[in-house]
Amino acid sequence: MLRYVIHRLLVMIPTLLAISVITFIIIQLPPGDFLSAQLAEMRAQGEQIQGGKIDYLRQLYGLDRPVWEQYLYWLWGLLHGDLGWSFEYDRPVTEVIGDRFFLTFVLAFTTVLVTWAIAFPIGIYSATHKYTWSDHGLTFLGFLGLATPNFLLALVLQYYANVYLGLSIGGLVDADYIDQPMSWAKFLSVLQHLWIPVLIIGTAGTAGMIRRLRANLLDELRKPYVVTAKAKGLPPGRALVKYPLRMALNPFIADIGNLLPELISGAALVSVVLSLPTNGPVLVRALQTQDMYLAGSMLMLEAILVVVGVLISDLLLAWLDPRIRFSGGQTR
Amino acid sequence: MSTRERPEHWVDPEPFDPHEGEKALTPEQEAYYTASQWKLMWWRFKRHRLALVSMWLLAILYGSLLVTELIAPYNAHTRNASVIHAPPQVPHLFHEGRLVGPFVYGFKYRLNMENLKREYVPDPGKVQRLRFLCRGDPYKFWGTFEADLHLVCPAEGGTFHLLGTDRLGRDMLSRILYGARVSLTVGLVGIAVSFTLGIVLGGISGYYGGWIDNLIQRVIEVIRSFPTIPLWLSLSAAMPVTWDPLWVYFGITMILGLIDWTGLARAVRSKILSLREEEFAQAARLMGARPPRIIGRHLVPSFMSHLIASATLSIPGMILGETALSFLGLGVRPPMTSWGVLLNEAQNVNVVALYPWLMLPVVPVIVVVLAFNFLGDGLRDAADPYSD
Repeated sequence: MLRYVIHRLLVMIPTLLAISVITFIIIQLPPGDFLSAQLAEMRAQGEQIQGGKIDYLRQLYGLDRPVWEQYLYWLWGLLHGDLGWSFEYDRPVTEVIGDRFFLTFVLAFTTVLVTWAIAFPIGIYSATHKYTWSDHGLTFLGFLGLATPNFLLALVLQYYANVYLGLSIGGLVDADYIDQPMSWAKFLSVLQHLWIPVLIIGTAGTAGMIRRLRANLLDELRKPYVVTAKAKGLPPGRALVKYPLRMALNPFIADIGNLLPELISGAALVSVVLSLPTNGPVLVRALQTQDMYLAGSMLMLEAILVVVGVLISDLLLAWLDPRIRFSGGQTR
Repeated sequence: MSTRERPEHWVDPEPFDPHEGEKALTPEQEAYYTASQWKLMWWRFKRHRLALVSMWLLAILYGSLLVTELIAPYNAHTRNASVIHAPPQVPHLFHEGRLVGPFVYGFKYRLNMENLKREYVPDPGKVQRLRFLCRGDPYKFWGTFEADLHLVCPAEGGTFHLLGTDRLGRDMLSRILYGARVSLTVGLVGIAVSFTLGIVLGGISGYYGGWIDNLIQRVIEVIRSFPTIPLWLSLSAAMPVTWDPLWVYFGITMILGLIDWTGLARAVRSKILSLREEEFAQAARLMGARPPRIIGRHLVPSFMSHLIASATLSIPGMILGETALSFLGLGVRPPMTSWGVLLNEAQNVNVVALYPWLMLPVVPVIVVVLAFNFLGDGLRDAADPYSD
């Protein structure tokens, strides 16, 4: 097991490096940089800017160096937990996204749990009641969740939750609690706000999960050992839970790796609509204004979150499934 | 035992017919046993009713793209300042118990001074008969020759907004129909890109193995580590604002395709890994076929049906992706119209409360995505017609 963990960790290093290079290339892609965009804006507003000031700013932010030097500088900072300077907010990136990143994480984590909680019983039910009306209905519902754009669902739910339940679900806490220290009341308020984004972001993932669990479980239920178990007189519940279900569960854990990028993507969109204090809105804004360190760091951190998620799911799989542990590497 | 004691060998005096035991096949059975693989797939596919319906639906939708100008009652950009944010007009047949043929009631306009909402109510005094195959907004058919024929147009001086109008008084139905051109083709072009990349890179990866395989797999891993929407956002934000909308459109499809190929490449790789050791591949190799030919002519066609099925299943993701990007204002840009661009107008809660018909473009999105999912499901079941 230890060998496997070390192997897995070592493999992560080149992956992360490659991710950082790609991220950096992406944020360098737009023509011009934040300063030129801002200068153009200032000029449009009729402000006079001396040439010396531009050069000074450029030098201050290192925008005059060669690209690879900028990259190394950025990477070096990254390794020391310094994510660079956000031009737009005029604050260190870490300050801008610290809380938001934590909330994104909380949101993603909660959504994974909720997705499981919903997909698990429905998947089992669908598999054991194959081709019944309820199975078809649930499958259709899943498809519908898959097909509805999240952002619109967010909008509509937000409206109806407000009209019929009297909840204001923009943001993640009630306005009274913003900037207040964490307390029980604030926690409750967060819970009250969290369920809608979690539900919305979860819809797409849940549908996929249900279909996969159903397919896996159906494959298992067809196998001879299930027939044997039933023939021996095992009660149906036990004949389901004891072996077939356990076998069908592997993909659940392996799926965290696939689920996380999906969830973070969904969260980005839904957050923009519901104006949640997570990464999404800031990322969109940063991309629009070419606030490159902010955008880049966020993209990088989200990718890291995914890589770590995949790592965790791989380790869990290895822990649960000796076949993977002993083959010492490839899991997919 | 001596030979003499052996009883005489009995021979049936009847003439021997070697085909006696076989029952003659009915023509249907004959057809079944000699059917080609594609034919079998088609039969299997036909059993999946939902998939069949979806296929026809999509065929009609894509076919309608060719004649959008004709079926849209207005142009996508025709503004009518007198009907801003007007609700849908419902067509009627009977007016005060008399049959008038399909008509709509004209609008009575009133500004609600309390909430400053424009209120349009049907005015029973204005009966506006619809005209069919009539002259309306002039347009350039396929951008080449001038025409002004429409399938249906409003009465002279009247309006016909089946799905209401937006904030500039543009007809929603027409805009949805024109938007379909972008939204529906984004998926196809994107999948073409991702299909090509997936087969080429997956094929190379699976056939050669070794360090090339390793490299491609690492690249795939890295690409998959990025959450898609933030990555799409970043890439499309990188497109210069000075670009022509058409360029942006191709840029978007490229982005969608460039990120989507990884799943397909993995599928191709795993299939080729198992197939490259088969006898037919060996034979091709021994006869001196080069790797591109072996991959392209011998290996890939043997699981093409699976690839088509999985490609069909990834088109909806692209359509939703384009919608999401345009919704955030980072995708297709006006004046080009897509369903995402239309939904961009429905970005805040006011719309849900006051002008819910602005959210209607989501209906075709859902329908198309569902249809592609069902079609893909049916294709996947049909892809392997020899299984039970």
